[in-house]
Amino acid sequence: MKKLSFHPCGNYRENYAQELAIFDTWFGRVCLGVFLAVLFGVAPFMLSPYLLYILNTIGILAIGAIGLNILIGYTGQISLGHGAFFGVGAYAAAILATRLDVPFYLSIPAAGAITAMVGMVIGIPSGRLKGLYLTIATLAGQFIIEYVLIQWESLTRGTMGITLPAPKIFNWTIAGDQAFFFFIFICLVLTTWFAVNIMRSKYGRAFIAIRDNDRAAEGMGIPIFKYKILAFAISSFYAGFAGALWAYYMVSITTEPFNLGLSVEFIAMVIIGGMGNIPGAILGATFITLLNEALRFVTGILMNVGMITSMGLNIAPLREFVFGLAIVLFILLEPKGIAELWRILRSNFRLWPFSY
Amino acid sequence: MGKLLLQLNNISVVYSNVIQVLKGVSLSVEQGHIVSLLGSNGAGKTTTLKAISGLLKPENGEVTDGSILYNGVNIQNQPPEFITRQGIIQVLEGRQPFKYLTIEENLRVGTATRPGKPFKQDLEMVYHYFPALVPRRKALAGYCSGGELQMLVIGRALMAHPQLLMLDEPSLGLAPLVVQEIFRIIKKINEEHSTTIVLVEQNANMALQVAHYGYVMENGKIVMEGTSKELSDNPDVKEFYLGMAASGITKSYKDVKSYRRRKRWL
Amino acid sequence: MEFFLQLLVNGICVGLLYGISAMGFVMIFKASSVLNFAHGELLALGAFFFLSLVTWGKLPIAASFILTLVGCFILGFLIEKFFLRPLIGEKLIFVIMLTVGLAAMFKGLILLIWGGNLHTYPEFLPESLELNLGAIYVAPVYSASLVIGVIFLVLFGLFFKKSSQGIFMRSVADNQKAALSLGVNVRRVFALSWAIAAMVACMSGIVLGIINGVNVHDLSAIGLKVFPVVILGGLDSIGGAIIAGIIIGLLETFTGGYLSPSLRDVVPYIVLVFILMVKPYGLFGLVEIERV
Repeated sequence: MKKLSFHPCGNYRENYAQELAIFDTWFGRVCLGVFLAVLFGVAPFMLSPYLLYILNTIGILAIGAIGLNILIGYTGQISLGHGAFFGVGAYAAAILATRLDVPFYLSIPAAGAITAMVGMVIGIPSGRLKGLYLTIATLAGQFIIEYVLIQWESLTRGTMGITLPAPKIFNWTIAGDQAFFFFIFICLVLTTWFAVNIMRSKYGRAFIAIRDNDRAAEGMGIPIFKYKILAFAISSFYAGFAGALWAYYMVSITTEPFNLGLSVEFIAMVIIGGMGNIPGAILGATFITLLNEALRFVTGILMNVGMITSMGLNIAPLREFVFGLAIVLFILLEPKGIAELWRILRSNFRLWPFSY
Repeated sequence: MGKLLLQLNNISVVYSNVIQVLKGVSLSVEQGHIVSLLGSNGAGKTTTLKAISGLLKPENGEVTDGSILYNGVNIQNQPPEFITRQGIIQVLEGRQPFKYLTIEENLRVGTATRPGKPFKQDLEMVYHYFPALVPRRKALAGYCSGGELQMLVIGRALMAHPQLLMLDEPSLGLAPLVVQEIFRIIKKINEEHSTTIVLVEQNANMALQVAHYGYVMENGKIVMEGTSKELSDNPDVKEFYLGMAASGITKSYKDVKSYRRRKRWL
Repeated sequence: MEFFLQLLVNGICVGLLYGISAMGFVMIFKASSVLNFAHGELLALGAFFFLSLVTWGKLPIAASFILTLVGCFILGFLIEKFFLRPLIGEKLIFVIMLTVGLAAMFKGLILLIWGGNLHTYPEFLPESLELNLGAIYVAPVYSASLVIGVIFLVLFGLFFKKSSQGIFMRSVADNQKAALSLGVNVRRVFALSWAIAAMVACMSGIVLGIINGVNVHDLSAIGLKVFPVVILGGLDSIGGAIIAGIIIGLLETFTGGYLSPSLRDVVPYIVLVFILMVKPYGLFGLVEIERV
């Protein structure tokens, strides 16, 4: 099989403004507009609650994945603590909402800010450590946060979990999949917009410089420690924000989901979607969520087939296996992820038949 | 003319599919000779050696054109495991010892091309050429001096019984007396084992003294070749590489006006 | 005092096991700079292979042990060949995530075949290994693991110091380019280091299985506990891994004994963060010289 590759031809950019442009063509802009219109205008009214639930999960996880992509894909700092950050955000929102009666439109950003602070603390080792040492430090952060969430019972109620009040604005209560759909996807659009634009700014360029060669970046006058901490802060803000949304959406939370497995899932989203690519993070979140749901579906069917259950086989581990396989295959075959496949496909259409 | 051991026919080398470093280099090495390769920094000398020894691949380089014949066999773009087993050993620039291995263990790595064979005799042979290594045999290479390390890496290469030994700047960063010692030993190895040697050097004076034949490289091309005698008599080589005025007396660097005559070589 | 001594002995024994488990991990890192997140699953695979051979295959203990070692040797070889080799020279995150993906695959596979329950080996260790030092009691498994650990340490010491293949492996870890220039078969060295590491891992998996019973979740958790151990010991020092393993084991048992049992599992990671901040290359690691 011929390996797909991107043809770097047809690049007529002449100035920096063109290089920075988000849309190469007006057609791309129209496509996005149509897509958003369909997403907001049609999807919530046509889809079943189950499909809406999947969409909402994708939306929430995508926000977290975008945050992690800023850290891994753009700044080159590998974090294995993103699942814990997500949990910190969820708990921060829950505690603010239940103990202090903070309304949701304040508690969600506040949860993001609290998580950003935790993320900055976890990011401090990045001043001294690089590469795999930093990865191991964030792994330790994951375990320590998990421990605190479980053991600090006076605050988090430990394994009992917390139940959140429904978010209310004026007299309108956000409840149900449809209402949450609008809420979550407006947040997703806003956070995506912010992420895309920060990457076009001075900060984004500094992040990329640090990723490509931190020593050279330092030599160019970029205060790398400050920027690394900033990247950790932005990234964990996204994670905390997503976690807070998730807490409101799920209504009640326990410490269980915020384990290393979630961190790994977030990294898988970033890699499968495409590192250093914001839409890629959304694609990755979509892929992982759909994979999870599909596997759950298949498992459910197989469980009902009498023969296999009677054989005493527990099919659930198959999910874990397929999940691992997906990561391995993507890394071996298309390490730049779905975003790269999409780019190749698009360029093939654009350049057909005269690409070289 | 004797038997040709190595022949490079018009080879081009490209790094990362983009950067062309060698632009059609042809040279031939006669069996039993010392051939020196001279040229300024970035001329492509090291790349030429790496093209021969197969070490381009780890650096994402590739021979894109031309052919490298060794004993009549095509060896371009072969993996280094294969090439070293044909008897070509390259001594890397900047010495590159195994820092956390002792001198003797370093030497033993040299037997990698013929594993399982006895090596005691070879160790004796290396210690015979480089008696300075004997008292240091149990020391970690990371703690040895530059001169010792240069002897070590040449000795390490000798452990492989090379037919063709390629030395990349053996004089780099060494005191003049040590350089003389090293070159004396290189000459001796060549005479006693009839090992063919390709020598890349900045120290043109020393190199031309021991070599039979020489090539001058510039910008990825061979610009001049000849016997050592011819090269050291050439006024350009004298002025640019040997630091002497046309009349033969040593000349101050500030008087060398290289910008005027450089162009004439092409 | 007796309590203290008992904790001390237990800590050393548990720590030694951590150290042995970490040995394989360090070996892979030393040869190919790969951080193996699938190490716990390798432990588990070894333990389950052994379990199947002993209980289902009804083979004698010694034969099953050797067969397991050989099987894991081949497994390590295959992992390197099919999964790691295409990634040589790729970015760190891809290599890390590949091993994470492998970990998930292996875990799923083990759960699928053997299930998530706790299995136990039949009793086979002789009673004579039991030690009674006054009030302190050392279970036979612990003294057996001590013996096995020391034997393997000596064997590896000899292998890396004396044999040509061992010296080649160290040379690749030291300076890959120079090793290539001398004709060392670097790919074979990588494969061999994975094979040996998998073998060591499965051996420690068996020992752990004898002590705690065989359970995927526990064994893969120990795979993660290897990280504090290797960081404390220095990522590239095999001897350091053993000593650090003992330190971590002691820390854990003492925290569990005197402070709180729930803190026990987190303490290694707190220590880990502390060490990373103070002495990133560990107690015995080689200081990496980095140049621009």
